[in-house]
Amino acid sequence: MMTLLEIKGVSRFFGGLAALTDISFQVGQGQILGLIGPNGAGKTTLFNVINGFYAPSRGEISFKGEKISGLKPHRVCALGIARTFQVVKPLQRMSVLDNVIASAFLRARNKAQAEEIATEVLDFTGLQDDRDLLSKGLPLGKRKRLEMARALATGPEMILLDESFAGLNPTEQNECMSIIRKIQGKGITIMIIEHHMQVIMSISEKIVVLNYGQKIAEGSPEEIRNNPLVIEAYLGEPQGA
Amino acid sequence: MKKILPLILIAALALSPFLGINTYLLHVLIIAVMWTVIGMAWNLLGGYCGQVSFGHAAFFGVGAYTSGILYSKLGLSAWWGLPLSVIVVTLFALVIGYICLRLRGPYFALGTLAMGVILRVSAENLTGLTEGNLGIMIRERTWVDKTWYLYIILVLAVLTYLLLKKVIESKLGYYFVAIREDQDAAESLGIDTTYYKTIALCLSAILTGLAGAFYTNYMGYIDPKVVFALHDISIVTIMVVMVGGVATFWGPVIGAAIMVIMAEAIRSIPKLGAAHHTFFGVLLIVIIIFLPNGIVGDIPKLKRWFGIGKNP
Amino acid sequence: MTSVQLEVLLQTLISGIFLGGLYALLGIGMTLIMGVMKIINLAHGELMMVGMYIAYVLFSVFHIDPYLSIFIAAPALFLLGVLLQKYLINPVLKVDSILPENQVILTVGIGMVLANLATIIFTSDYRSTPVSYATNACYLSDLWKKSPLELCVSIPWSVSFFFAVAITAGLWFFLTKTDMGKSIRATAQDNDAALLMGVNVEKMRIFTFGLGSALVGAAGCLFIPIYYLYPDLGGQFTLIAFVITILGGLGSTVGAIVGGLILGVFESLTATYIGMGWAPVGRFIIFIAALIFIPGGIVSLIKSRRLS
Repeated sequence: MMTLLEIKGVSRFFGGLAALTDISFQVGQGQILGLIGPNGAGKTTLFNVINGFYAPSRGEISFKGEKISGLKPHRVCALGIARTFQVVKPLQRMSVLDNVIASAFLRARNKAQAEEIATEVLDFTGLQDDRDLLSKGLPLGKRKRLEMARALATGPEMILLDESFAGLNPTEQNECMSIIRKIQGKGITIMIIEHHMQVIMSISEKIVVLNYGQKIAEGSPEEIRNNPLVIEAYLGEPQGA
Repeated sequence: MKKILPLILIAALALSPFLGINTYLLHVLIIAVMWTVIGMAWNLLGGYCGQVSFGHAAFFGVGAYTSGILYSKLGLSAWWGLPLSVIVVTLFALVIGYICLRLRGPYFALGTLAMGVILRVSAENLTGLTEGNLGIMIRERTWVDKTWYLYIILVLAVLTYLLLKKVIESKLGYYFVAIREDQDAAESLGIDTTYYKTIALCLSAILTGLAGAFYTNYMGYIDPKVVFALHDISIVTIMVVMVGGVATFWGPVIGAAIMVIMAEAIRSIPKLGAAHHTFFGVLLIVIIIFLPNGIVGDIPKLKRWFGIGKNP
Repeated sequence: MTSVQLEVLLQTLISGIFLGGLYALLGIGMTLIMGVMKIINLAHGELMMVGMYIAYVLFSVFHIDPYLSIFIAAPALFLLGVLLQKYLINPVLKVDSILPENQVILTVGIGMVLANLATIIFTSDYRSTPVSYATNACYLSDLWKKSPLELCVSIPWSVSFFFAVAITAGLWFFLTKTDMGKSIRATAQDNDAALLMGVNVEKMRIFTFGLGSALVGAAGCLFIPIYYLYPDLGGQFTLIAFVITILGGLGSTVGAIVGGLILGVFESLTATYIGMGWAPVGRFIIFIAALIFIPGGIVSLIKSRRLS
């Protein structure tokens, strides 16, 4: 499998605090990679570094063989990496449709084309009936879907999903799951941060575990499930094998 | 009906010199139309793009002085200031943007406020260029009759309106509002926020500068305290848009009309003359608390208060 | 360096420090308000102007020394601040509108009303409080007979500086040792955490605005023996307070003190060596430089030194 995203020795410091220390792993094209770890482990920080909100203090990130670390977020998006935010950020005073049209303009040549892309994406994520509602009036489940729709409208090759399942009820979770599978079906690579173990274990092909800013494990869901370091990180003490 | 209303308004304004209104009222009309230009310009940057500038006097003044200096130093007709101000104001806007656009929210407001004051102080001190506090006086007035001035500013206002409409309904408009609503989200969606904020700033600045250049030609006299004024230009600009309606097309028009009429009304009452800043201050406070989105922006609210509109 | 040059330099530095001390008081009021309530108060200078007019009236009518007026002006300004906060600013913070800067614009409106009312009541004539000791000065050679240099400090400046230091020290004590003070600092650092700890955040904010206003009113009483008073002087002092707040770091009292001193010394040096008219420009340059290069203020520089 071709490597799409490569993270090499990435560290990120804030003053004296090391939020990330020497993180290295690769994401293969078309893969779904799960990123897990206890709260505060640095998962969202890693997304922020990949996305371009922070430059890595040390190390490098390459996408499709080209260095992207240090580029601003809009450049990273233009190169093909889209992201959603853990605390959703709808463009509140715009309608659902307008939210997605705004993202679609990245690849569209004119407004008509942007609207076309937007409509397609709204159908894809099941939001077509809500297209004219103001996004600030949407319930949480739909807001999370709107985040995904916006990210998809930028025509990415890779999408970073930050806790898309948090706060969703079981029905919404199933819907979200099927959307993610559809995204994978389109050939888009996915890296997903999640706390719902069931979700992560069932959809990820590979899992990377962070704790206190360091990578403590990497492997298949089966391997991770039985890894004593991972269990210790979550439960706080060594569990008998 | 809605589409015809603006045309009727423009026609009425255009015919007004022939309807027998006196010169004073004509003057008020001209100033009101000028303020709609400035208001619409500010609205593009502030209302739609979310960057609240407290220093638009900077651009007004630069436009005004471009006209003035062309006349006083180069002996050219001050009207050349209009086309030339576009270039000069853009340069200033790029510098001001470079310094201020990296600042978020209220800090941008403060930064632009400082810019306006810096330009005023500079204009006062660089007497070799600007004649300092003596100001620049244009001795040969192009027309004695105000009619042509009205038409020029009316054309400018209509062009501004059309330009704004086109921009807001295009990709630029979407990007501006996205930046206003959530700058970080916008960045992640591939929007180069610095670049687009700069465009908004430059467009806004150019239109304001044109109004300034017009002002020099119309009034025939400018000085730093007038054209770079914090309260009487920068703050009034904000008031025009806030009273009328932020991020609406018609807001600045209504706001300009109200502000100018109010100013003239207060000035004409002898006892209250000096108190017009108090009135402005109070109006500002009232609008902010009760109608934060302005008259046009808060029409639903107004309807509720006056009991008009559908009852649920 | 010749002894004359040294004298000039020392004299300039002393003036700068005195000025800086007064500036610091201005800045502390504003940084408290900005830190605790995240409110930008563009009427700060106008509040000081109100304090100065109170001192002026007390002096002209009742012959009360401006320094004693602090005991009247400060509580009066406190009350004014509390009323403004409770009835005007709080409602605005709750309103939902497109532009988040409404609160700033509101304070502009308040400032305009205050300045204009002062113009109506007092006219724009320059006023002052010519106290009997206004021109008195203290010479170094009076104290130290054999001093190699001659330095001179004016009495009003010294007294003002002394009071500024005393008030700042009192404030420091209040903020660090009393419960109320600690509650204020807690609210400044983390609104929600303070709420959870049982701090009445609402009350704190109102109190803080009152406190900030009282400080600036007191500063006004310290300035009036030295400066001329007129209704529009608020604007420049608001800007000074801002420069200090930005330079020092939002919400930091220490930052405001350091920032105030730096600005005072800088202005004094500019006035002596470049020219009086250039002081405002110097202020702005510092303002812009601080906004661009040290966005967190001096305090952030100190903190990052400590951590790394």
